[in-house]
Amino acid sequence: MSITSNMFMYSLTLQPAGMITQAIVGKFVASKPKEEQLVLAQGERLSLNAVHRKSGTFSTLVSQDVFGIIRNVSSCRIPGTPSDLIIVASDSGRITVLKYDEDKVRFERVHLETFGKSGIRRTVPGQYVATDPRGRCTMFASVEKNKVVYILNRNQEQQITISSPQEVNKAQTLTFALCAVDTNFQNPLFAALEVDYTDIDQDPSDNSYNEREKMLVYYRVDLGLNHVVREWADPVDYSANLLFQVPGGADGPSGVLVCAENSISYRSSGHDPLTVRIPRRRGALEDPNRKRRIVAGVMHRLKGDFFLLMQADDGDLFKVSFVMAEDDHGRKTGEVTRLELRYFDTFPVATTISILKVGYLFVASENGDSYIYRFLTLGNDIEQAWTSETYSEEADMTPQTYYQPHEFENVQLVHTIPSLNPQKKTIVEDVEGKDDWKIYTTSGTGARSALNIISHGLEVTTHTQAALPSAPLYVWCVAGAREDDHDKYMVLSFSDLTMVLAVGSETREIQDHGLRADVCTIHMAQMGDYGMLQVWDRGFRYLPDSSKPDDSNYPAEDWKCPPHRTILKATSNHQQLCLALSSGELLYFEVSENSMHIQEYDQGDDQVTVSGVVQSMSMGQVPAGRQRAPFLVLGSDDSTIRVYSLDPGDEMLKSQSIQSLTSPPRSIEVLPMEDGTGMTTFVHVGLYSGVYLRAVLDDVTGELGDVRSRFLGAEEAKLFPVTVNDKPAMLCCGARTFLSYPHPDTKEMMLTPLDYHSFGYASMLRTGLAGQLESMVGLRGAEICVFTVRDIDSNIIRKNIPLKHTPRGFCRHPDFRYYSVIQSDPNTLSQRTIKQLLADESIDSKDRYQVGPNHQFGWPRANGHWSSCIQVVDPQAESEEDAVVYSIELEDNEAALCCEMVPFENQDGETFLLVGTGQHMRSGTQTPKGYVHVYRVLAPGRELEFIHKTAFDQPIFALLPFQGRLAMGVGNELFIYDLGQKALLRKCRAKTPGVQIVSLATQGSRIVVGDLQESVCYVVYKHAENKLIPFADDTVARWTTAMTMLDYDSVAGGDKFGNVWIVRCPKAASDESDEPGAGNFLSHEKSYLGGTPHRLDLLVHNFVQDIPTSVQKTTLVPGGQEVLFWAGLQGSLGIFVPFVDREDVEFFSTLEGHLRADDPPLAGRDHLMYRSYYMPVKGTIDGDLCERYFVLPRDKKERIAAELDRSVREVEKKIGEMRTRVAF
Amino acid sequence: MADKLRTTQQLEALQNKYIGTGHADTTKFEWTSNIARDSYASYVGHPPLLQYMSLALGDASREETRVRCIEGMVRPVGPPPEVQD
Repeated sequence: MSITSNMFMYSLTLQPAGMITQAIVGKFVASKPKEEQLVLAQGERLSLNAVHRKSGTFSTLVSQDVFGIIRNVSSCRIPGTPSDLIIVASDSGRITVLKYDEDKVRFERVHLETFGKSGIRRTVPGQYVATDPRGRCTMFASVEKNKVVYILNRNQEQQITISSPQEVNKAQTLTFALCAVDTNFQNPLFAALEVDYTDIDQDPSDNSYNEREKMLVYYRVDLGLNHVVREWADPVDYSANLLFQVPGGADGPSGVLVCAENSISYRSSGHDPLTVRIPRRRGALEDPNRKRRIVAGVMHRLKGDFFLLMQADDGDLFKVSFVMAEDDHGRKTGEVTRLELRYFDTFPVATTISILKVGYLFVASENGDSYIYRFLTLGNDIEQAWTSETYSEEADMTPQTYYQPHEFENVQLVHTIPSLNPQKKTIVEDVEGKDDWKIYTTSGTGARSALNIISHGLEVTTHTQAALPSAPLYVWCVAGAREDDHDKYMVLSFSDLTMVLAVGSETREIQDHGLRADVCTIHMAQMGDYGMLQVWDRGFRYLPDSSKPDDSNYPAEDWKCPPHRTILKATSNHQQLCLALSSGELLYFEVSENSMHIQEYDQGDDQVTVSGVVQSMSMGQVPAGRQRAPFLVLGSDDSTIRVYSLDPGDEMLKSQSIQSLTSPPRSIEVLPMEDGTGMTTFVHVGLYSGVYLRAVLDDVTGELGDVRSRFLGAEEAKLFPVTVNDKPAMLCCGARTFLSYPHPDTKEMMLTPLDYHSFGYASMLRTGLAGQLESMVGLRGAEICVFTVRDIDSNIIRKNIPLKHTPRGFCRHPDFRYYSVIQSDPNTLSQRTIKQLLADESIDSKDRYQVGPNHQFGWPRANGHWSSCIQVVDPQAESEEDAVVYSIELEDNEAALCCEMVPFENQDGETFLLVGTGQHMRSGTQTPKGYVHVYRVLAPGRELEFIHKTAFDQPIFALLPFQGRLAMGVGNELFIYDLGQKALLRKCRAKTPGVQIVSLATQGSRIVVGDLQESVCYVVYKHAENKLIPFADDTVARWTTAMTMLDYDSVAGGDKFGNVWIVRCPKAASDESDEPGAGNFLSHEKSYLGGTPHRLDLLVHNFVQDIPTSVQKTTLVPGGQEVLFWAGLQGSLGIFVPFVDREDVEFFSTLEGHLRADDPPLAGRDHLMYRSYYMPVKGTIDGDLCERYFVLPRDKKERIAAELDRSVREVEKKIGEMRTRVAF
Repeated sequence: MADKLRTTQQLEALQNKYIGTGHADTTKFEWTSNIARDSYASYVGHPPLLQYMSLALGDASREETRVRCIEGMVRPVGPPPEVQD
């Protein structure tokens, strides 16, 4: 097959995965030796983050895509080096040692050593990483058999050296946990939890299996002899799962804590084991037989002391402290008398817990947002403690092992790190029909779940919003002097008067300003050193010193317009002024050297006139180090912009260049901004048609070039220069308000809407009050708003609506704005059971309580129970509390699994909510069943009315509206049902060649069936024969998690291993299936290899790492092209953009090739191999890799651009536009 | 003859280095245990997959799912068949 027939997609990430796989704390910035930072591994990204010492807020210093799966990270400080190193275990089969380079703001690779095959395999080390606390060596271990040790050191030249790998392998041994043991400066020691299955594999009886033991094994690294030995092994509790280091040397007794079900024990090679039982919550709702396990923990050293914080699997955090034996002189010996355990507080279940020395606790949640808490106390005053002295093997549930959880007492929440993980269902929809596409998604689990509304935008903080008696036309904020960093006056211009306000702690109107108040001002600015300029339609006034308006030493100068003319437009900076008159004349003025006067430039006989009516013009500010702005850019109603020179020599007011436009320019601003090449002067143009243009203005020739354009909406675009975070930016007001600014990292042009209304006029306001230096003031009718944009790092705004249980799906009635969200939690007591237990008189009344609030403590757990509900949610609700408008609890251990709005033809097209459920799933005792519930949606969509439910013998995972009826999957059978009075009525049935139908899609009379394990299958419905006939399926077993039809023949989907793919039905098979009257022929066609008669072709395949849970064909921005949007379990949002142009495909694939060679992935994974993890990458260009071009060093950029026969700017524009054309 | 010996030695070295390398007499038990162990290791090793499993199983924590998977590797397909003498 020729390559031209292929489909090509450009894969881009809109939001990277939010799930934190691992977090480490260390001092990674060499210039700040006292400050600790957090390194987070999230999906395929590694980021370095700082936590603010005072406020606890979290900010990212650098975040880099490593194009590999990060398995584990660890930190290491080699004595005598200024900063900690980051050791990364990824799927590259290599150890990566990184350090943070402050100057270049990126991670620098110090070492990359290969030890095994790539990929994540059973025997390739990297599953566990442990580093010696003294930074001498690091151990990588695999799940089975292999362990490898690298010795790190420092040579004479202060370079970090790494040894060859020291292997210590033991075949048929499984490793459950690994940690380093603190031996002070004796030879490094590592502890592992291991199970040997050699005997079990040989023994046909159950004896060896039942007698299997879990061993705590010590591995000693002999630094002198350069080898590793298995030193000591001791059996521990078989349920043990985690190990924690206990400080050694002067700080503590050394050894490890072994965490198992219900117990934590202290182990050391020369010490008796000490065990303490994990207590459990008190109350009627707690299952007494449920075993609790430690899931995460952290050891923290204090001066002369230490403690550990350990989290049990319901989120309760315990503080473990050691009581040491003392010798005769009251000094601590190395012997531990007892362990003490105290209940600390309750947090979300974490993957990693870290303590920052400045007093913060970082909790990387397993699901949902992560948090930073401030320590209020270290829990030294908590009285209730459980010790190892009262522990005995037999005492199973001694009364003192109960406690009552409480709300935060020892910590205080200071910062939330948002994450959409785990993301189940996502829909991109324009609910209001205003071409405002929003992403609706669900995140979190259990009581911490939410429906999220994600929109593209920047968050705005409103300071003032006040109504004025009438609507002003313009507003300007003017500084008192040129060098001032704050504004003195705010001038409001109405249709017949001008009002001047003094800006201060109390902004009020003043009269003694020296300006004319009886005219409609059309331009106002600071001018000269201390002066001010006011322009109205018939003239202007120049005040040489605005602070002394009445001083006769500084007389105001008035200039009057020649008769029969008016001033149309004016532009000025502190040195120059240009006026455009209604006659087409262009006048130019400059301030005299002593700033006392303003002088007109004598144009002599050849007066410059402009053809057409001047619509807008700008000179921009005087560039630093120059006398005057070199060019005047002017736009007139003949849809052109012209550049005039302002060089006082011969070239004065000579036209330099001309550019024609698609529409007359509404406003023009000359404003330098940062781009990939440094500070560049840009001409920003807003057109009447609503298009915003940004062109580069050549500082020497005045030529315009490198035009970027974006459509803002069908209203004229007005531009106002502002500064955000001390950087120039452009506020663009059209149908919505946008901000145009360079991306903080890549310097690429960004255009992001503000989460605010649009304005008729706006201006920058520098107040210097309350730390808010940079604010903006906007006019919206008679309303004046003062607001700031603080954070331009993230252009995604997220709104949350809290839900009750883990969301499984949601859908919307086409007529109403409300979403019905189905939610279900496994192994959780249902609301009804909770009520029954709490009302049960036979239980002690003290125990009959429910801990709350639920979002902190979660729901009471009980194996085999399900808790499920349907909630109706208003996504446009003002507050979180009002958002949930209706709720129905499911009973009898049913769990909602899927939902769909289905219009039924036999009910006059009325749309019903159908919910597929499962009953007694995984209960162990009862066989699972399924139901489909039918609900009527009562107008205005806020309530549901239960009609009936129909039983099936398996849980229902997929429903679909199909030609006025319902198509659904039961097991591997596809059915068509109609709505009856008392139940759903079966109309048609077909067996598909799969295992379990999990998703359905339709177009025409074709249904595509997504199978749990057997990819997708195409089924045709033959109306005449009333038959469903599967006619095409796939060659590869894709474990489909989500799929959608791209067109009649193509299906895009995602699978459980993190691939996104597109398959297409061959044309012949597709045509054959649609032939009228072919039903009998099709159903008797010969099946091929036990499947359907035809096979699908693969068009696109790409490994995206995250598991796609939703795919959808949609637009994301107004006027944008349709893209394939996908959302992943870990919280990633991504798109696949189809290439339209063959040349673009070639361009980007060449660029991708260059980047693979010039910027190889950080963790040593081969990029092409990574994207081809399960199957060779096909028809996909990795946009994330292409966007790495922005952050390459200048010389590499130029080299690649030269190879592509383009300039750096052109390459950047092309890459930038691939994203901005369709998304954000 | 020497060639055959070398091939056998090479195969043995491979089998030693990469567990799961089969031979002419691989039994069903060995083959299926090997696949099951590989799968479990993959579930544990890929963070999204582990999370997916953990959510689907309704486990209290991902740690529980992880331990359960590795525990599954101890005897993934039940006891080996009785040896026929």
